[in-house]
Amino acid sequence: MDMKRGEPPSDQERLQGSPAAQPGILDLFTAFMGVGLSGFGGVLPFARRMLVDRRRWLSPAEFTEVLGLSQLLPGPNIVNVTIYVGARFAGIPGAAAAFLGLMTMPVIIVLCLGAAYSRYGDLPAVANAFRGVSSAAAGLMVAMAAKIAWPVLRSAPAIVVALLVFVAMAILKVPLVWTVAVLAPVGVIWTWWRTP
Amino acid sequence: MSSDDTLFSLTLHLLLLSLLAIGGVSTILPELHRFIVVDHSWLTNEQFTALFALAQAAPGPNVIFVTLIGWQISGLVGALAATAAMCGPATVIAYAGTRLSAQWQHLKWFKILRSGLVPVTTGLMIASAWLLTAASAQAAPSYAVTAVTALLVLTTRINPLWLLALAAGAGMIGWA
Repeated sequence: MDMKRGEPPSDQERLQGSPAAQPGILDLFTAFMGVGLSGFGGVLPFARRMLVDRRRWLSPAEFTEVLGLSQLLPGPNIVNVTIYVGARFAGIPGAAAAFLGLMTMPVIIVLCLGAAYSRYGDLPAVANAFRGVSSAAAGLMVAMAAKIAWPVLRSAPAIVVALLVFVAMAILKVPLVWTVAVLAPVGVIWTWWRTP
Repeated sequence: MSSDDTLFSLTLHLLLLSLLAIGGVSTILPELHRFIVVDHSWLTNEQFTALFALAQAAPGPNVIFVTLIGWQISGLVGALAATAAMCGPATVIAYAGTRLSAQWQHLKWFKILRSGLVPVTTGLMIASAWLLTAASAQAAPSYAVTAVTALLVLTTRINPLWLLALAAGAGMIGWA
């Protein structure tokens, strides 16, 4: 059964539909717990696989729309997607269940790692290992930035705005509030100007 | 500053950043570094980059980096407060957004807003990469580890966890 977006199913549809078509609070919790536990350094691809391919809660086009919205809204993208999906299927309780499902295990795991780090981090061998891991993690970030920048930095306005943001944040250490307050409107107005 | 004051000002700043983190946690790394390492000296460069590496090595969303920062600065309460501050405003706005989004997608200004912000997020990501590289570099070989990792991620499909593990080994025998 394919459900129309935004329309709550009638009782008849509810009876006939597959259980996955209208996930309950527990479904949302466990599904997003799976997402939270599967990704390393970003879980959006796993969220897509779960929502679109495995459970079919969203169509590919819907996922793209939700992702687009979540990228415009502030806050972690995956959290926005999670809230959106949870709220759509089960209101505020659904949003809360999906969010807690997403966050609980990663928070517990990362705190255990953190505790181990603060207990053993002073040992010379561990400190040396962390020196290497930190540099490699920086490399992951470099790769991510390169992937994002490659298709974007093709037009002069985009290059200028990105460069100004970089200089403000990395070199001049301007607080983010001021950088965004000044340069986000510049970017948007420039785009608007060039849009026919 | 007492530890309560520290926790309060960290939480308050994260609440603000939650609203500015358009494009995710990766875009606010430069701001977190400026606020926590440069301005307040709550963490050293070494701690900041080690916590980032830990967050990368753990499963889950990148926002758990903020959880770790809160934990390192103010313990378990700090971890929970930092996570809630980083996610709270965003979740409320996202919930409100669920009511609007379907119509938004077709509006011209929505698309303009979105594409206009892309260069800003790109600049922030490049600044994040730059700062992490500089903050984690303790000697010349560090840059090599960063560069090799980035190249391997971009050119192969190797699982990043292997690269982190290899780098740990390289660090232990003094290559990083």
